[in-house]
Amino acid sequence: MQTFDPLSALIGGALIGLGAALLVVFNGRVAGVSGILGGLLDGERANLAWRAAFVIGLAAAALLSLNLTAATVEIAAGWPLIVAGGLLVGAGSRLGSGCTSGHGVCGMARGSGRSITATLVYFSVAAATVFATRHLMGG
Amino acid sequence: MARLIVSLIAGALFGTGLVVSGMVNPARVLGFLDFAGIGAGTWDPTLAFVLGGALAVSIPGYWLAGRRGAPLLNAESHVPKPGAVDGRLIAGAVLFGLGWGLVGFCPGPALAALGTGQAKAFGFAAVMAAAMWAFGRIARR
Repeated sequence: MQTFDPLSALIGGALIGLGAALLVVFNGRVAGVSGILGGLLDGERANLAWRAAFVIGLAAAALLSLNLTAATVEIAAGWPLIVAGGLLVGAGSRLGSGCTSGHGVCGMARGSGRSITATLVYFSVAAATVFATRHLMGG
Repeated sequence: MARLIVSLIAGALFGTGLVVSGMVNPARVLGFLDFAGIGAGTWDPTLAFVLGGALAVSIPGYWLAGRRGAPLLNAESHVPKPGAVDGRLIAGAVLFGLGWGLVGFCPGPALAALGTGQAKAFGFAAVMAAAMWAFGRIARR
């Protein structure tokens, strides 16, 4: 287990919140990564540029900060779980119209009942999944 | 053009925040979701602090956006109107939670982790993107 650093967690969280706030105040857009990436992949011409700009900004800034900080990224899941997880996260976030950013950071911020419900459901299911894989199957 | 710059900056803030907060690391996310760890003393509360820090800024942001009505650089707001909870939302959240719990990646961190160059990060993002694309094709029929 890595050491818990509440200050980095709060600062990092605030940067994410600031990104979401800027996008809605200036552009009137929801900073939901699944909605933005999904819309980009749908090939919607009218919204191609701003969505691409967001994704490029995210990936480039992450690349830069990964190299500037000593951040570790530990992917414990094996390949079968990587494939299953990718399918479930991709399809589930589109079916449920949002993910941790769209529902969690943006939807909950405007008090949306749909987003609060979705967030409670995916947190509960994810916690149950971790419990089952780590403590029931001994994975 | 100004809107594109705002999008680029917003994305960059997301990418930086995901790395600084540690959420780019699936091990940390799973460490939070493993609530059995509270009793064992191995629980990682990071995710709760990240979400709290994010909401502390996004709540005033959405309040401001709602008060102003029209966004500063756009003719109208594209924030969804309040709607009812339906089966589609619940089913999607269940599938999403299952996948999130299996690996510890959700869409934002999956894109941020590409910067590590790890094959599994690219594998996850590619499968996730393919599922999103396929879903869009099916949904539009």
